[in-house]
Amino acid sequence: MSHRHSHRLSRLLNIGLPYFWLGLFFLLPFVMVLRISLAEPTLAQPPYTALWEWVEQGVLQIRLNLANFQLLREDDIYLAALLNSLWVALVGTVCCLLLGYPMAYAIATAPERRRILLLMLIILPFWTSFLIRVYAWIGLLNANGLLNTFLLWLGVIDEPLKILHTQMAVYIGVVYSYLPFMILPLYANLTRLDPTLLEAAADLGCRPFRAFLRVTLPLSMPGIVAGSMLVFIPVVGEFVIPDLLGSPGSLMIGKLMWTEFFANKDWPLASALAIVLLAVLVVPFVLMQRLQQDDEGTRT
Amino acid sequence: MTIQLFAQRFLFSAFLLAFSALGHAEGQVHIYNWNDYFAEDTLSGFQARTGIRPVLDVYDANEILEAKLLAGASGYDLIFPTAHPFASRHLQAGLYQPLDKTKLPGLDKLDPAIMTSLAGMDPGNAHLVPYMWGTSGLGLNPDKVKAALGEDAPMDTWALIFDPEKAAKLAGCGISLLDDPTEVFSAALAYLGKDPNSLAPADLDAAAELIKAAHPHVRYFHSSQYISDLANGSLCVAHGYSGDVLQARERADEADKGVKVVYRIPREGAALWTDVMAIPKDAPNPEAAHALIAYLLDPKVIAAVSDYVYYANPNLAATPLIEAELREDPEIYPPAEVRARLFVPSERSERELRTLNRLWTRLKANR
Repeated sequence: MSHRHSHRLSRLLNIGLPYFWLGLFFLLPFVMVLRISLAEPTLAQPPYTALWEWVEQGVLQIRLNLANFQLLREDDIYLAALLNSLWVALVGTVCCLLLGYPMAYAIATAPERRRILLLMLIILPFWTSFLIRVYAWIGLLNANGLLNTFLLWLGVIDEPLKILHTQMAVYIGVVYSYLPFMILPLYANLTRLDPTLLEAAADLGCRPFRAFLRVTLPLSMPGIVAGSMLVFIPVVGEFVIPDLLGSPGSLMIGKLMWTEFFANKDWPLASALAIVLLAVLVVPFVLMQRLQQDDEGTRT
Repeated sequence: MTIQLFAQRFLFSAFLLAFSALGHAEGQVHIYNWNDYFAEDTLSGFQARTGIRPVLDVYDANEILEAKLLAGASGYDLIFPTAHPFASRHLQAGLYQPLDKTKLPGLDKLDPAIMTSLAGMDPGNAHLVPYMWGTSGLGLNPDKVKAALGEDAPMDTWALIFDPEKAAKLAGCGISLLDDPTEVFSAALAYLGKDPNSLAPADLDAAAELIKAAHPHVRYFHSSQYISDLANGSLCVAHGYSGDVLQARERADEADKGVKVVYRIPREGAALWTDVMAIPKDAPNPEAAHALIAYLLDPKVIAAVSDYVYYANPNLAATPLIEAELREDPEIYPPAEVRARLFVPSERSERELRTLNRLWTRLKANR
């Protein structure tokens, strides 16, 4: 009896804990942001109005302000910024994948002892602050920075290349900063692949490249998806990289959010932007999840 | 945090509270100030004199300070916002506590002209004590400007940025603008000969057109990057704050690579701003904040700060103690006829400010 009881308790804990976690760290903050997005900005502490108040005995007045979402729809600058952010994230993710896949593959197939060293090299940059690493790129890409000085010295170019404060610099910063997030899940996936499958393919006369395309690549799909998500989602909302390396005109949703939050003190509009961004990101995520489930369903 | 540690800290803060309630200015003072806005020995001198341990955090934009204040419970005892439009807005929102002037004996040495102007937004100077003041003008590399525009090119004019012909010639050596719509719009309006604080749609449109025309020649919009770029010679015209440009001049002199930097107040007029000290309403240790203000009202202390940061201070008793080179520099302590051309940014409603900021985002993105 008591055994069954404790069993049920542990099951409840097992299922309940993740939900509790999600509720505390995702749902609750989300509801708070949603609440602010429906308020109006005001000059006070905190700088937004209350959604409800008791006006007289027993009368609760609720005021929902939808003007923020309306403004987001009407003013095309927000849509432009969103599309541009998605584009930067897409290009960044594709670059990370093209660079990261061969690296992850090489690490996964390296001898055991060297693997640890190579992994260390991937993780090592994390020991320095993200902000400092992005700042370092300013020093590298500057007109009188390391790269230009070196190329000028080599005689490859006659005058400094203008890279800093362009879109190119943003891509460089994004790929540099997020590459490990692509490599690590890919590596985790690739090391778990059964090498006998490739041997079987070779025995059956399949050339290595074809075996890669037909065996390794499809089986590493979960790693590709996980890595792409880990890169794509944070890059869409990225603020530091476009702010430090980008051109003054580069519109990114993160920068707009900064303006609304800090310069305009319009927390409600900034919250509305955050809600829209979340909605835009959740949809493909759910679709991808569904696709993967279907995939697993057909395989079993 | 372990329970013991928590209990320890709880007891410690309770102890501090009890102590400050007894009227002792002991313990810590949490300061939130602009980067590079004290002399190197200002805070150590304060600790030596009062026994209070200063804890300093820094920011480089009023907006960051404001966001923390508005969120509440910032934990700071003394902050240094710019008077217009920031401190005035915070006063309206009731974020500051009134000063206990019996604890601030040095107040009478402050420039009456500045105190009167501050009293406009802070009746009776009940909440704010001015700290430093300066102007927003032009940081220039005179050699490069002359190379681009000719030997006798005028330097003290916004035309270097807003006259497309001149700006096109200067684009090669680099033009930067402050990333601040109020600053840039008032500069453009001053160049057009209009009221720099105008919010009339026709004036704003004209200024926006002017900024749009200048945009292709502007390398970047940033509020602190120009300091190092002026100093290393990769900019020739920077719209910037007086003291920051003079710090760039100092760095260029130290590097000794032949880069010259000068600061000029444009003849069409420039913004005059004042940074003030204020104690947030929810400051944990207002006693200590008062002690720090009193310390900074000491003419010797504040003169040393001016010597270090290249900004003028409002303490008349400190002026003779400042290095002669600074005191006699017309760009730091401008003569009366120049001061007459300076304007104080005026108050804007929240709505006007948002319209201006969104217009600014659009302008920067070239849309």
